[in-house]
Amino acid sequence: MTLLKRIAPQLIALVALIALVSIVFPGFLSVQFIDGRLVGPVIDVVKRGAPVALLAVGMTLVIATRGIDLSVGTIMAICGAVAAAALAGGWGMAPALAAGMLTGAAAGLWNGVLVTVIGIQPFVATLILMTMGRGIAQLITEGRILTFTDPGFAWFGSGTLLGLPVPAWLWLLTGAGVALLMRRTALGLLIESIGINRRASALAGVNATVLLIAVYMASGLCAALAGIVVTADIRGADANNAGLWLELDAILAVVIGGNSLLGGRFSIIASLIGAMIIQTIDTGILLAGFPSEYNLVIKAGLVLVILVLQSPRIAAEWRLWRDSHRVDREARLEGKAR
Amino acid sequence: MLLSIRSLTKTFPGTLALDGVDFDLRAGEVHALLGENGAGKSTLIKCLTGAYRRDGGTVALEGAQIDPRSTVEAQDLGIGTVYQEVNLLPNLTVAQNLMFGREPRRFGLIDARATRSEARAMLRQYGLDLDVDRDLGSYSVAIQQIIAIARAVALSGKVLILDEPTASLDAAEVQMVFDVVRGLRDRGLGIVFVSHFLDQVFDLTDRVTVLRNGRRITTLDTADLDRVQLIEHMLGRALEDAVGDAAADGAGSVRPELLSFQGFGRRGVIEPFDLSVGQGEVVGLAGLLGSGRTETAELMFGVRPAQTGKAHDANGQLDLSNPRAAIAQGFGFAPEDRKTDGIVPDLSIRENIILGLQAQRGWARPIPRAEQNRLADDYIRRLDIRTSGREKPIGELSGGNQQKAVLARWLAMNPRFLILDEPTRGIDVGAHAEILRLIRELTDAGMSVLVISSEIDELVAVADRVIVVRDRRHVAELKGTRLGGDEIMRAIADSGEVA
Repeated sequence: MTLLKRIAPQLIALVALIALVSIVFPGFLSVQFIDGRLVGPVIDVVKRGAPVALLAVGMTLVIATRGIDLSVGTIMAICGAVAAAALAGGWGMAPALAAGMLTGAAAGLWNGVLVTVIGIQPFVATLILMTMGRGIAQLITEGRILTFTDPGFAWFGSGTLLGLPVPAWLWLLTGAGVALLMRRTALGLLIESIGINRRASALAGVNATVLLIAVYMASGLCAALAGIVVTADIRGADANNAGLWLELDAILAVVIGGNSLLGGRFSIIASLIGAMIIQTIDTGILLAGFPSEYNLVIKAGLVLVILVLQSPRIAAEWRLWRDSHRVDREARLEGKAR
Repeated sequence: MLLSIRSLTKTFPGTLALDGVDFDLRAGEVHALLGENGAGKSTLIKCLTGAYRRDGGTVALEGAQIDPRSTVEAQDLGIGTVYQEVNLLPNLTVAQNLMFGREPRRFGLIDARATRSEARAMLRQYGLDLDVDRDLGSYSVAIQQIIAIARAVALSGKVLILDEPTASLDAAEVQMVFDVVRGLRDRGLGIVFVSHFLDQVFDLTDRVTVLRNGRRITTLDTADLDRVQLIEHMLGRALEDAVGDAAADGAGSVRPELLSFQGFGRRGVIEPFDLSVGQGEVVGLAGLLGSGRTETAELMFGVRPAQTGKAHDANGQLDLSNPRAAIAQGFGFAPEDRKTDGIVPDLSIRENIILGLQAQRGWARPIPRAEQNRLADDYIRRLDIRTSGREKPIGELSGGNQQKAVLARWLAMNPRFLILDEPTRGIDVGAHAEILRLIRELTDAGMSVLVISSEIDELVAVADRVIVVRDRRHVAELKGTRLGGDEIMRAIADSGEVA
């Protein structure tokens, strides 16, 4: 099947990584059912990986259009702050959620307009919100950690549904929903086409401007959801640290997912596996009990190994090497036969 | 003889780009190099400047054999080049650009003051008094072009190649650049001048060499040449040739009008024109490269919206402000440069064919996969697109097959007015005839088609009526018995009043 073939490298990397972590921390795969909840390191990965996985969904679409969205970490902080402020103002759960999501959509609209209407390069356009946005979040929280007690809202960060943590459901459903939307409608094709050749697509009648704005808004919405998860989890909006550097992990997840930064063909599922690979590394390093100062170095090393193994050049070399050996062996066998 | 080229040959996979070309350049002359696209002009120039290595033949500069392997080597030998796009650094100052790479030094560091004074001295030779500390980009393209010439001459100093240096200049600026070029000629440089503007060729040059299909057709003194003769050489078609009147059928019969454009124009792109298109009619657009053919199509399709004028059909005025609007009016446009404007390389042939139709239906109504397959297979068969299957990325097809797939994209949308810009360029002879036959089929079914082509025989064969474009103006309309190769060429060549 083509989907399986597409995501095979990511799956292999994930399985190999899980095997590696299981060696240094044997209990990694053990899952228990306690008080109606699944508990275990793997469940922890699926929950803690939620923010990056959510960001990776939107980031995959943006990157498919040959863009990039550096502002998603900051949008998380703004949306979390807006939702927390709404709760603190006595708005109740549903309006607070809506305010957070709308803020994400507005942030995406801003990015999309800068990129398409004004024509700023995506890197620079989203860099503006990335640097400015944390200031906005700090203004909303008035520089402190804005806490709340609404248990309904907190459920989005720490609740459980059918045994699984709610954040895990959120990214699984968002990912599946967006992936289906892309492939069951023509959106996926149109996004790939503007990512590969925007000019030719526009000449063929593809509405590149509207599509691009929609894609940045989708990324903003994904970031808003991630921000709500993080805020709900700690029951407070931390403008300084919520989503800090997560845009880079999200981009990394998309790249590990085998999606080209030059745009075009994309796979959301592969990006999601990429996000899980990153979280498995993070959690695995913690569980293995390395001193914390080694964390980033080990993470970088593992990511490097995964990306090198995935690179087309290595794949070509490997095929060459394999074929030449096959030829050698056949030649030898022939020699014997003679 | 300053530069002497003998039987220069250059092959690329599948094509013989230069086929034993001879070319002589005297010191103190401006020598025009002419030819339509694909004639071999740029290949010849690139062999001279070291961008390409020649496969055969000899090049002698002042009697000594040379074989430059890079542009730097060619410069050191004395051959400098100035391109259409100014090839300098707009965000550096004029002085830095002029002295780039050979700045005067003091204690091992760049001596800024000496750089400036040397730059000023250089420009004075050209009668220019500029602020050399200003960024190059702040000056007009003409000034930048002269600075590029000054730099090239300073670096090389024997042969100067001007590759369409005037393409983006207005008339006054052209004269400014020409004055500089004439000054250099009088100083004894040999100058090769490539341009599509015949007026400029007659204005500036001493001799003309015409290339066609990689061969040298002729070299003549400009003074002995007339326009018609020159265009005959360029297009390879003698005026005395008998012209079959293939367009006789339908000529004369009145077709119901489908569209009319009135005063359609855009400043600096194409002068306002009137054009009406009949139902089922093939209108041809003839003219040399850069004359305004493609620009006419781009205005009609909203790629560059018209600033003046209106377009109507029987039901009223049409909005043609962008390609989507034009498509909504039932327009289609298969552009000349299919690589950048036509294909979406990584997508499959199937996806490329259905792309336009899908965009028209909107994202929410995907074309069912079975329907996509049927459309793709249908057009692959009808247009004889050579491929191992519909799922092959279109970027892997040959040029002619890519062109057919782009055509299929538009046919799948069934437009009422289809614009084809050079539909047969780069297509083999068999496919060529097929595409012309296809155009006839489409118009028999009621579609109206605008065909832009450099091949006059092709236009005569396929068009009911031919509009001739020259110097960004529609200058003649030929139909019926007046529609023939001779007439088209005369209209292209005519320098004065409307034919």
